Amino acid sequence: MGPIGENEIFFLMQGLKWTLLLAIVGFIGGGMFGILIALLRTSKTKAARRITAGYIGAFQGTPLLMQLFVVYYGVALLGIEVNAWIAVAIAFTLHASAFLGEIWRGSIEAVPKGQTEAANALGLHYVSRMKDVILPQALKISMPATIGFLVQLIKGTSLAAIVGFIELTRAGQIISNQTYRPLLVFGIVGAIYFIVCWPLSHAGSGLEKRMAKAAR
Amino acid sequence: MTYTFDFGAVLDRAPELLWGSLATLGLALAGMLLALVIGILGVVARTSKSEIARTPVIVFVEVVRNTPFLVQIFFIYFALPLMGIRLNPTVTAIIALGINGGAYAIEIIRGGVESVSRGQIEAGFALGLHKADVFRLIVLKPALRAIYPSLTSQFIMLTLTTSVCTSIAAYELTSAAQRIESDTFRSFEVYFTVTAIYLVISTLMMGLFALISRHYFNYPTR
Repeated sequence: MGPIGENEIFFLMQGLKWTLLLAIVGFIGGGMFGILIALLRTSKTKAARRITAGYIGAFQGTPLLMQLFVVYYGVALLGIEVNAWIAVAIAFTLHASAFLGEIWRGSIEAVPKGQTEAANALGLHYVSRMKDVILPQALKISMPATIGFLVQLIKGTSLAAIVGFIELTRAGQIISNQTYRPLLVFGIVGAIYFIVCWPLSHAGSGLEKRMAKAAR
Repeated sequence: MTYTFDFGAVLDRAPELLWGSLATLGLALAGMLLALVIGILGVVARTSKSEIARTPVIVFVEVVRNTPFLVQIFFIYFALPLMGIRLNPTVTAIIALGINGGAYAIEIIRGGVESVSRGQIEAGFALGLHKADVFRLIVLKPALRAIYPSLTSQFIMLTLTTSVCTSIAAYELTSAAQRIESDTFRSFEVYFTVTAIYLVISTLMMGLFALISRHYFNYPTR
């Protein structure tokens, strides 16, 4: 058994850095595609609604691990020279866009219909109606669920370890193999995830309670 | 792009994919049952008057919900032998799935229990209903109806999570896929096919849950 010293902790922190970067890239990329998915999902065009419903269903009905594998090997097939980092980032972006798209669809539909009618009555066109009237209200409604999904995404990045990407969990595996102290190492790794995720979960549920009170 | 797809190499292994699917379903079912048991026991402790009973449940729920399943399954996989318990990977996976799903089930079931209003129960007694009928008709059925959608989507999530159990070499659909991949080198085809199988499994489960719901909870509430 080896000790867990400065070097090991530093290695874990390097892993944490990649975990956070991966989650941030997935969240921002997924957010940009997600808003598009949500808008298409709530649009008047039936085909757009159907296609985005299928897209969301496919991602919500399959394991994240499989999505990682399919994108990882699928991107390689395109003949583009990509490293694991880009493939994994694409996978998380697609995954997040489907989930955020569904969350935001719900929020757009939760905005009272009178708001859309009022915007129409004022003669606002689609872009202005969405940008100035509907989306700001939908964003507020969606906050608890969006934060909740961010926590899911941070935890989900641990699966990148299985395709060989060195983030926090993989760093833990490597140190565990070197030091033969799996319990201590995975205890520390779990604690780091908890320190990152718990304040977010707390903020999300706090917001939800405040909004539920305000709605009463 | 010069790559030629070869799904034939994957389809040749159809029996393995079928057995893997059945193993996944078995793993999911056992995990769900354990999660339900943990969920119900957890709610009993969580809603009790004693703080010694409530605090550990709160800590358990927060820790499990804010750490990745992969880290949990590794922790359990290495912790059990240290406690002198030697289990095969499948049983370890079921325990991990049950613990993970149980933490979510506690919060969902608690929400359902708390959603039953006292006035309804009092009204039931005022109408002269028996204690058992009040529990069955006024507490249990509406509470189940309230939590049914979130509980079933949590179960489908648990089914998809079983794929991570390949990391401790438990036998299920993903581990079958990895074996076929290492034999055929048809990585994309294997994972694409298996992803489609998962989609079929979760869609069928969703349909089954909806059918059960239509049968048991199809009554007006207003």
